[in-house]
Amino acid sequence: MLFRYELEGGNFSKAGYASSEIKKTLKQLSVDPKVIKRIVVALYEAEVNVVAHAWKGEVLADVEADQITLTLNDEGPGIPDIPLAMQEGYSTASSAVREMGFGAGMGLPNMKKNVDELHIESRIGVGTNVRMITRFTNEGG
Amino acid sequence: MKVNELIEKLELTLFCGEEGVTNEVTGGYTSDLLSDVMGNIEEGMIWVTMQTHQNVVAVASLKDAAAVLIVNGYEPDDEMLDKGREEAIPILGTELSAFEVSGLIYQLLKA
Repeated sequence: MLFRYELEGGNFSKAGYASSEIKKTLKQLSVDPKVIKRIVVALYEAEVNVVAHAWKGEVLADVEADQITLTLNDEGPGIPDIPLAMQEGYSTASSAVREMGFGAGMGLPNMKKNVDELHIESRIGVGTNVRMITRFTNEGG
Repeated sequence: MKVNELIEKLELTLFCGEEGVTNEVTGGYTSDLLSDVMGNIEEGMIWVTMQTHQNVVAVASLKDAAAVLIVNGYEPDDEMLDKGREEAIPILGTELSAFEVSGLIYQLLKA
């Protein structure tokens, strides 16, 4: 099953919609609730990243029998230094975004912690592609 | 302890999400950083915060929090109220600070 959701830069009211829908879908498929939680944490963080930093983007969710692949493609400023961005506490979020309680530099680390595979590709001034894969039988912590 | 018992014992305001007041509260988490809450809150916990926008409800819903409690007399904005109704998550309020109300909830839950 393939699902697609749109994201708009700056529009925080849409952030979380894809996560919420995916959560419902995975529940219906009787995926282990613990695995669902991990998937939605990662997806929500990824959605917020697009809304907080990019101009627009999309979420593609490919749900298979034994795993889910989440791809977030955005048009945005890109990430100049991915290893730096992966460091806990490092953030380039605006003060407005920080006031909402985002931008603590925990987004990408939270994503990495909660999926089996995280792949990031980015081009400066063009955009970022994030791909996260989680297997439903996952027992890792 | 259920959400409505906490409301009664601590004289909390219920802004919306009446459907969820029978949720069982198994613990609590106090933080204003959404990623921190995303990473650490567990199902059934009450989330104590001073954040008053709709993304709080999104996080609470994704993590199956029992309720959200807004401290220091702050009130949820309209979007947060709408979202709270939609997701049937009780949004509560208190005049107390996060420190004080967390301490009181801790005592009640451990009793």
